[in-house]
Amino acid sequence: MSAVITASRLGKRYKSSVALDDVSFQIEPGRIVGLIGPNGAGKTTALKAILGLTDFTGELNVLGYDPRKQRDKLMGDVCFIADVAVLPRWIKVSQAVDFVANVHPRFNRKKCEAFLARTKLQPNQRVRQMSKGMIVQLHLALVMAIDARLLILDEPTLGLDILYRKQFYQNLLEDYFDENKTIIVTTHQVEEVEHILTDLMFIRDGRIVLDADMDAVGERFIEVMVNADQADAARALKPIDERQVFGKSIFLFDGASRATLEPLGETRRPSVSDLFVATMKGTYA
Amino acid sequence: MNNQTLKDLYWLVKREFWEHRGGFFWAPVITGGIFLLLNIMGIITAEVLGARNGINFGASGGLQHVIADMDAGDLSQVGFALDIAMYSAMGLLVVVLGFVVFFYCLGALYDDRRDRSILFWKSLPVSDTSTVLSKVISATVLAPVIAVVVGIIVGMLQLLILAVTLSFHGVNVWQLLLLAHPFRVMFNLIGYIPLYALWAAPAVGWLLICSAWSRSKPFLWAVALPVGVGLLVTWFGIMGLFNLPTAWFWKNIVQRALLSVFPGTGSMFGDSMIHISGNTGTDVLDLAQTWHLAASPSLWIGVVAGVALLAGAIWFRRWRDDA
Repeated sequence: MSAVITASRLGKRYKSSVALDDVSFQIEPGRIVGLIGPNGAGKTTALKAILGLTDFTGELNVLGYDPRKQRDKLMGDVCFIADVAVLPRWIKVSQAVDFVANVHPRFNRKKCEAFLARTKLQPNQRVRQMSKGMIVQLHLALVMAIDARLLILDEPTLGLDILYRKQFYQNLLEDYFDENKTIIVTTHQVEEVEHILTDLMFIRDGRIVLDADMDAVGERFIEVMVNADQADAARALKPIDERQVFGKSIFLFDGASRATLEPLGETRRPSVSDLFVATMKGTYA
Repeated sequence: MNNQTLKDLYWLVKREFWEHRGGFFWAPVITGGIFLLLNIMGIITAEVLGARNGINFGASGGLQHVIADMDAGDLSQVGFALDIAMYSAMGLLVVVLGFVVFFYCLGALYDDRRDRSILFWKSLPVSDTSTVLSKVISATVLAPVIAVVVGIIVGMLQLLILAVTLSFHGVNVWQLLLLAHPFRVMFNLIGYIPLYALWAAPAVGWLLICSAWSRSKPFLWAVALPVGVGLLVTWFGIMGLFNLPTAWFWKNIVQRALLSVFPGTGSMFGDSMIHISGNTGTDVLDLAQTWHLAASPSLWIGVVAGVALLAGAIWFRRWRDDA
């Protein structure tokens, strides 16, 4: 199957800064890609380019469309949830469902109503009367009823409590995702998504600094917990990060062989958030 | 235009109605209600004052005699007076409609950028052209049609109230009502809508482009830009270069860009218009009269300018990227 997204030398410059610095990447179908980076790294710009919401330089192909010229066609196959505040505040649940049902050819009304039935949302309720969590439930119900090939989530759970956050990703995995769909998600709550991701993409200062699937990440990066007496030996192997926990040092290695590390202490796969912190060191300095 | 595009447009216009039910529907309904209320209060006051002062028209059938003594010409005058009573309801609604359309256009492509709901609308497979067109249709067709329908209903009620009041004074209501031309009034009002849409085009285009383009305060830009340029033109007498009076700029640029959304401005300021004949019996809004405007170059140049501005608004809607 061909790639869902192919970007080559994708660039976007604002007056005073570079948001995307000629990045190239490919995203295959059936993946859940985490696009992770510090604030202002270019995540949202990349997503906007994919969605045809902004102009850019370079080549970008999304599901066979050029998002600059065919945004409206592209949106037949792509769904998008930005953070929770984007549903119009005046709209009623029933109006939102009616509207999407009539303008979106791939919308399944029954499915949407079934999702809504599992929430407390009432047909006559307006968005302005809902909590953030309820707004996201409504948006998710609309999106999950659309048989799209690509779903883009930009900080979808921002400001939600943990119950809604867990439920959001659970619904997504259980009722939506399958091998024909692709999901790209950006979030700062890395811990919550790392177990569902199949691919990881780190972006920093408009450049992609890591682009790998999770298995490759597990092989490439190794974390070792080292006793104080072995610390110098570990340092000699050039770890990319070091931190102290309970008198022990935890070192993070990029591309070191497992065999050389195992004598030093207990090895394990680093969490995405530790990896992120190590990779992004000095970003705000 | 395939079926889906038309369906999209229908639902987009419906969407506009949902969002702006207050301006499009309740504003004319409430205005009409207030108009009728004021009329009833006025009539009651007049009756009370009349009764107190011992004046009682037609109690002895006097008024009926007056009508009976009228010749055909006088009767037609009465008919037109009744028509005016019907139009008068529309007069107030038209002002309200102007304000509603003005502020609707200013916010139409701005409000959803400000509250970021544009990200939701743009996540649907609807083209920016359809979106902007739906706003144009809402401003130039939906809003005036609702206002006219409300205006006609209010006008009918007004006529009825008048007739009922007169009947207390011994006048034959049906004879009176037969003199009026409610259907012609209706026809004239409905027939004016396309003229209004054409005349409003440059203002709708200008307000929508400001709405799509400005990053903040679209009202200020929309008003300050033409008025500011107008002041400069006046100050430096630039129009003199074209052998045109300064007033030309105010009338043909500033006025068309801002005030054309007010119905009737076309008939008031449109170039080749206004030869109101001395015969006051002529129906003021007779379509044969009002549609004289369609012969004025100002109307059509305005339409061309409006279409160009709308193309600009669509372009900005597509590429303005600040959500």
